[in-house]
Amino acid sequence: MVAGSSLPSPPLLITDLAKSVPGGRVLFAGLNLCMAPGEIVAIMGESGVGKSTLLNLFAGLDQADRGRIEIDGVDLAALNEEARTGLRRDRIGFVFQAFHILPHLTLAQNVALPLVLARQRQAHALAEANLMLGQVGLPGRGGDFPAQVSGGEMQRIALARALVHSPALVLADEPTGNLDPQTAETILTLLCDRVRASGAAAVIVTHSERAAAAADRVLTLTAQGLAVHGD
Amino acid sequence: MGTRPGLSLQMLAWMVLGEWRAQPGRALAAVLAIAVGVGLGLAVHLVNRSALDEFAGAVRSVSGAADLQIQAASRTGFDENLYPQLARMEGVASASPLVELDARIEGGERLTLLGLDPLRAFSVTPNLLGRPIAGDAAGGVTTADALFDQEVITLSAAALQQSGRQVGERVQVNAAGQSAEFRIVGVLEGISGDRSLGVIDIAAAQWRFEQLGRLQRIDLRLAPGADRRSVEASVRALLPAEAALVTPQSEMRRTESLSRAYRVNLQMLALVALLTGGFLVYSAQSLSVVRRRPQFALLRVLGLPARGMLHQVLIEGAVLGLIGAALGVALGAGLAELALRVLGGDLGGGYFSGGRPPLAFTPLAALVIFGLGVTIALLGSLLPALQAERTPAAVALKSGSGEAADVGGLRPPWISLGLLAAGGVAALGPPVGGVPLFGYGAIALILAGGVGAMPWLARGLLSPLRNLNHPPPSIALAIARLWGAPRQAAVALSGIVASTSLMVAMAVMVTSFRGSVEEWLTQILPADLYMRLEPGLALDPAAQSRLSAAPQAAAVEFRQSFALRLNPDLPPIQVSARGRPGAGAGENLPSAGATAERDGIPVWISEPMARLYKLSPGDTLVLPVAPDAGPEVFVAGVWRDYSNQFGALLMDQAAYSALTGDPDRAEASITLAPGVSPAAAIPALRARLPPALAAGADFAEPREIRAIALRIFDRSFAVTYALEAIAILVGLAGVATTFSAQTLARRKEFGMLRHVGVQRGEIVGMLAAEGALLGVVGALAGLTLGVVMSQVLIHVVNPQSFNWTMETRLPWALMATLGVALVATSAGAAVLAGRGALSNTAVQAVREDW
Repeated sequence: MVAGSSLPSPPLLITDLAKSVPGGRVLFAGLNLCMAPGEIVAIMGESGVGKSTLLNLFAGLDQADRGRIEIDGVDLAALNEEARTGLRRDRIGFVFQAFHILPHLTLAQNVALPLVLARQRQAHALAEANLMLGQVGLPGRGGDFPAQVSGGEMQRIALARALVHSPALVLADEPTGNLDPQTAETILTLLCDRVRASGAAAVIVTHSERAAAAADRVLTLTAQGLAVHGD
Repeated sequence: MGTRPGLSLQMLAWMVLGEWRAQPGRALAAVLAIAVGVGLGLAVHLVNRSALDEFAGAVRSVSGAADLQIQAASRTGFDENLYPQLARMEGVASASPLVELDARIEGGERLTLLGLDPLRAFSVTPNLLGRPIAGDAAGGVTTADALFDQEVITLSAAALQQSGRQVGERVQVNAAGQSAEFRIVGVLEGISGDRSLGVIDIAAAQWRFEQLGRLQRIDLRLAPGADRRSVEASVRALLPAEAALVTPQSEMRRTESLSRAYRVNLQMLALVALLTGGFLVYSAQSLSVVRRRPQFALLRVLGLPARGMLHQVLIEGAVLGLIGAALGVALGAGLAELALRVLGGDLGGGYFSGGRPPLAFTPLAALVIFGLGVTIALLGSLLPALQAERTPAAVALKSGSGEAADVGGLRPPWISLGLLAAGGVAALGPPVGGVPLFGYGAIALILAGGVGAMPWLARGLLSPLRNLNHPPPSIALAIARLWGAPRQAAVALSGIVASTSLMVAMAVMVTSFRGSVEEWLTQILPADLYMRLEPGLALDPAAQSRLSAAPQAAAVEFRQSFALRLNPDLPPIQVSARGRPGAGAGENLPSAGATAERDGIPVWISEPMARLYKLSPGDTLVLPVAPDAGPEVFVAGVWRDYSNQFGALLMDQAAYSALTGDPDRAEASITLAPGVSPAAAIPALRARLPPALAAGADFAEPREIRAIALRIFDRSFAVTYALEAIAILVGLAGVATTFSAQTLARRKEFGMLRHVGVQRGEIVGMLAAEGALLGVVGALAGLTLGVVMSQVLIHVVNPQSFNWTMETRLPWALMATLGVALVATSAGAAVLAGRGALSNTAVQAVREDW
């Protein structure tokens, strides 16, 4: 909640954000963004413009030169490393281009990771994970290992893992970059549906116009800031 | 929002068990490496402990329940008038005088012959009294008769068995150059195990073995409530120079010092195997961490704190260590039992004669070595764990960046150079309690420095190869990868460099030792033939003259020895008469330094004696062989001697006879007349001996003595060789598992290479070249480091442990074989693992997540 008001805190609020790379080159400056619960924003931009860096800043994995980032009403700058880790664990979900599914864990165990990291009981965590697997189209597959599934199914598992702990914000970095167009379409639809259904907000970083089209807002990242795509 | 650490037990179980399920071979190799190290360490300790317990028990059984003992410094004993003075002393409840002689039953083995006063012994050392068998069937003696009969002997069970006689039969006993017959009347039931002992009446011992007026020992029992210290002080004040006070503590110290250096050496070797296991854990864990960088990064992103990764890797190491150490304790107990049965209590070292002591399992020692195993596994996991903790989450999650950790420049190896320098300084340290702790510390520091410098060394050795003109693609790829990833190369090599260098160091030391012993044997055995009489027999002057006059002999040099105790805490030194008539004892001795000339009786002391008693040429010492102060002699020179670890002293024949009053000799070295063969001379020389001695004389040619000596040498190092071989096998197993792991982790790279047109055979060739190059680097590093460490063993550890010095000799054949084995294992393991990794199709390989 926003302090002193009854309005819910925005899942993501960034103000006057600036970041440069070692050597001094400015990646971007003056970034502002406020997201509403259930909103999906796609961020596009040329390679090297800093899209992934921006996601790292949102996740608390990197630090901005200037500006402010609030996740679910919490100012990242006010948190130490341990607290940022806790915030990531509890309030953020991640989807990666390369899936990053642990090969030695079952599908259900992979999905349950955020719950287990939050010290929930194993039985409950696995039950939630199996439920989530059903919601992403993999019912009854919780006992399988990653070697038994396709690339599209891998990303479904990653999506289930990103949502299983009801995060406020989902960060997706090229979530369809490793998938064929048809599978990509399916995954995007699923991602948007599940994110909206969960009430979380999502930031999708992508090069794909088709992927961006699924979002509520499409922004382009430039050195000067975020602009509405196409302007 | 919580900030609790996220590594719950459940999470830990998932991650650790999952990793081991995925890589069971590597976990198993690490467990086995620790198990072998712990097992060997515990086995060596248990065998040593069992042997010492057995030996101490044997000493106690001969000493009986005596509180204090007076022992003669030499076999000539001391004046028996000391006995009544001690018996009357305040604080002494009872005293038992003894004659103690080195003897031999005719046709049997050696035994210790004790002559005692039964009535006195009854109150001090009752276990030395036998249980005579009464009645005619047992030889016609009654119990009372047997106690005082001067023609009966009671034997320990072992002596009775070795004599081949039965109770009631007669037996000939030789001692102090005399021979006497006794009837066996009973068995010493208080003497356990393999101790060979015979007990007769003290008067019989003095009379029949020419010991009148002399004693070798007095056992004392203190009065209840007596102040031990004041009694000890009073006793010391009474003692002549030729006797010393021995307490149970000093006797234990002497027992322990007999084999301490040998035991410490074996223990250190066993720890080498454990240390090698630690390096194997390190390389297994390091590779595992590199391979799991994206996994750790993901967990980091999902909210696991950085120290969660540290904990995970450390706990993996601890669990590997716990399982390995538990297996090791079981293995150690089994190995110890086996070694006691096969090799005996001294593991072939030759320190304790005969005997197969029962296993003495010491839980505390097992616990300590168990803890050491777990600690080594934890230490092996520490650096990889810190690496895991520092995994940069965002970078590692970028696809394909799994192995990026090795990219970047190398820092100068200052820490390694510092460790090497510290090792050099530590090598200069003195022994601590007779154990070369600083020497072992120096080896550990040099090893750590050498292994730490491996990335730098690998890059340095590979640099020239980068300038090769047009090497085949497989070689070029291999060189590029190894040069570009020296830290990974170092990880793969750490275990093998450690075990190779330690093995080479030991091999160089043993080869140097053996070579020096061989050379020494040639120097000290210049005659054509050697004769030695069995214990208890001796040639009197007449017999010596008859032997010297034999036409088959051009020259005969006689020798006589006796043991002389200079320090109650140390085993006795060997005092010998040596030299041709008219020539000094120092003639043709292998000298080990300067000599000195001055007035007085010259003696030549061995290197161990010079070190143990801190004597140099020109120094004087008093030999406690006379009732008063004893004669003063001076050190004329120091000679190299490998026959007696605790010191030997040589003197001229005339001086020896004058000093000891002993004109007899028990050994002779014979230079044969021209044209006479040893085979022809032996029967002729034997025929010139008195009939009583002829059967007890052993003749041997120098080559036979050399062969026997070297066989004993090899037997005493057999366990050393075995421990070395195990350490190197653990190291080679480490190379194989490490290379397999590294190769399997590179499936994507192979897929990419296949995509861009590299043939399967070329990839296998690249892997073979990588393996072989790593093997060459490892071999060069291991051999060089080994030779450096061998110098610490030769010039610090060995002199401080055994008081022996030697010249360095390199075992070229063994070093070359080791180098070839290392290169072949590295290349073979890389190729085998590569074939497995290449069995996937190229497309599958590049699509793999990680």
